[in-house]
Amino acid sequence: MKLRSRHLLGIEGLGRSEILTVLDQARTFREVLDRAIPIVPALRGRTVVNLFFEASTRTATSFSLAASRLSCGCVNFSKATSSVSKGETLLDTARNIEAMGVDGIIIRHQSPGAPHFLSRHVKAFVVNAGDGAHEHPTQALLDAYTLREKLGSLDGKRVLIVGDIAHSRVARSNLLCFTKLGAKVAVCGPPTMIPPEVEEYGCEVFYRLDRIMYEVDVVNMLRVQQERITASSFPTVREYRALYGLTAERLKKLAPEVVVTHPGPVNWGVEMDFDVAGFSRALVLPQVTNGVAVRMAVLFLLAGGDAVLAES
Amino acid sequence: MKPEIMDRVLLRGGIVIDPQKQTARRADVLVANGKIDAVGTNLERRTPSDVEVVDCRGKHIASGFADMHCHLREPGREDEETVASGTAAALAGGFTRVCPMPNTDPAIDTEAQIRFQIRRAAEAGFARVHPIGCCTKGRQGKELAEIGSMVEAGAVGFSDDGSPVADAQVMRRVLEYCKAFDVPVISHCEVRELVEGVANEGRVSTRLGLKAGPDVAESAQAARDVLLAEFTQARLHIAHVSARATVDVIRWAKARGVQVTAETCPHYFTLTEDALAGFDTNCKVNPPLRSEEDRRAVIAGLADGTIDVIATDHAPHLKGEKDAEFDAAPAGIIGFETAFSLGYEKLVMGEVLSLVDYIARLTVVPRRILNLPAAAITAGSEAELVVLDLKAEWTFESERVRSLSRNSPFLGWTMHGRISAALLADRLFRF
Repeated sequence: MKLRSRHLLGIEGLGRSEILTVLDQARTFREVLDRAIPIVPALRGRTVVNLFFEASTRTATSFSLAASRLSCGCVNFSKATSSVSKGETLLDTARNIEAMGVDGIIIRHQSPGAPHFLSRHVKAFVVNAGDGAHEHPTQALLDAYTLREKLGSLDGKRVLIVGDIAHSRVARSNLLCFTKLGAKVAVCGPPTMIPPEVEEYGCEVFYRLDRIMYEVDVVNMLRVQQERITASSFPTVREYRALYGLTAERLKKLAPEVVVTHPGPVNWGVEMDFDVAGFSRALVLPQVTNGVAVRMAVLFLLAGGDAVLAES
Repeated sequence: MKPEIMDRVLLRGGIVIDPQKQTARRADVLVANGKIDAVGTNLERRTPSDVEVVDCRGKHIASGFADMHCHLREPGREDEETVASGTAAALAGGFTRVCPMPNTDPAIDTEAQIRFQIRRAAEAGFARVHPIGCCTKGRQGKELAEIGSMVEAGAVGFSDDGSPVADAQVMRRVLEYCKAFDVPVISHCEVRELVEGVANEGRVSTRLGLKAGPDVAESAQAARDVLLAEFTQARLHIAHVSARATVDVIRWAKARGVQVTAETCPHYFTLTEDALAGFDTNCKVNPPLRSEEDRRAVIAGLADGTIDVIATDHAPHLKGEKDAEFDAAPAGIIGFETAFSLGYEKLVMGEVLSLVDYIARLTVVPRRILNLPAAAITAGSEAELVVLDLKAEWTFESERVRSLSRNSPFLGWTMHGRISAALLADRLFRF
């Protein structure tokens, strides 16, 4: 089992069967995580670097843990402590790190296409850990994993993505991923947060949450960036919560089998009320745990790890 | 790129294109001491034997092209381009006169700087330079630059180019003031507040998550500026039209009798936003490549005369600068050496314009807008001629680029039609 590309740059380049390959592999590793000693020697001797140009705690940590659970070395590079502040270009940085000898580069960057650019200039495999508003493929894969675990399959399921679709890489990757897995996806947010021609993804668009929320199987909430207020995307947090928030009131009206996901970190009291934290079908924490297994699968498949060692 | 100095040259057997008379007919052109001595048939029999004969059979002869919009980067970024390298590249592309925009470092907003650029070009001896001066001091959009002094020094138009004049009152004053000198104000139309990044806002920017700017950023400012031109009775030229709505605005303004002209560039009628799919920074340009609908509207605008001129917006940037993530790469495409061929393919072979009309958009029309010499191919005129080989197929290869920069999405493209020679007075360049 292998992926066609040497890199994971986005869900865009993955076929349905490749997505399922990753998810199946992730299931193997999910079991590893439940062991008393949750570690396999599958990538022993390999090293990856977390090249993060944007602040991130959970994604960087999740990749670090994924690597260590595979016995793979992982070093962290952050913008603040690097020569980037001295004017070093992305290409310089990547080539320097590669020259030190790494097998893979996990990159998060504020500019869309930065991982694609890097993949053309380095020999290491590249994993996109979020590029601007473009893609965040491992988030989509872990969301898909979590939903399949809960719902069995995404085929024919109705998924609603709520929030700032325009500036969200999670929205794009999830739209692509869920659609490829057979789900029917709708997006909802204020018109200022809906990008032009988003219907091209094969999704429906709603501006009013209450018109669609109670007809879906999955509610995928997105994080609201408060700096969007200054960009006039919405007037106040208060109004956003009232119109697009998963409030305690809305939560009560959801059908009992509906599940709620959120990529985190949650702005409690903005896009979701605190009550959601106690909602048994909110999958926020299982998403985080599954994220490690999914990232293990991605690293394992791209690094060409040994299948026998993966289970030993 | 060295010329051969020739006392007498006979361009023999070519088809001479004369956009003013709307003709293209076979004729020999005899040039003596830098001037056109005679245009006619069988001139060879009447000329002395020491004449240098350039065989133009199967080729076309036109007056040199004039590029209303380019960037020569001198002073300030001589690593990207100099007046000498840029005018050499221009000449190889058939442009014998070019108008560099003033967004150099420092910006060209004084007569001394205008004279500097003209002198640099004269020293190099390739295409001539007719600078565009800043319309406001330092391109700040606040106070009028010394437009009158710059006209005296040789500036032919005024623009803050990439920094459009946002303040409507300042733009009104610029338009009014320029009336004294019969020079056009060239507007790079872009409402900055609407633009978050350099991609067209639409299907492709949505898919790629790129920060973008909508077409209305261009057309809204074009609408303001044509109305100000109407109000002030001044001459306005709209730079690098890329959007369908802008074409419509200009068409509407022309119908109302506004003194407005417009240009577009080969990349806007050749490529669309789809070229950005692989995050190719050589396709990053401002205004951005837009939709197929926009591309077709630009072509329709050229066909019906709404868009008057083809300019290059030659904008050199180093490979090292373009080898970056999309947001960090500078915007711009080099254009001198591909403009003619791309236009020939898309517009002439594509049956949008006749050959004569196409040549007009590169020669007499921009010259008229900028009050440059008319460039007639008639006895007594100074020789400023290009020889076109329309049958030639050639590939745009990085190693053969004459510009100091290589930032073009057309590298590796095979194109039809090329410039085989240029004659500037007694200097013959063969390419």
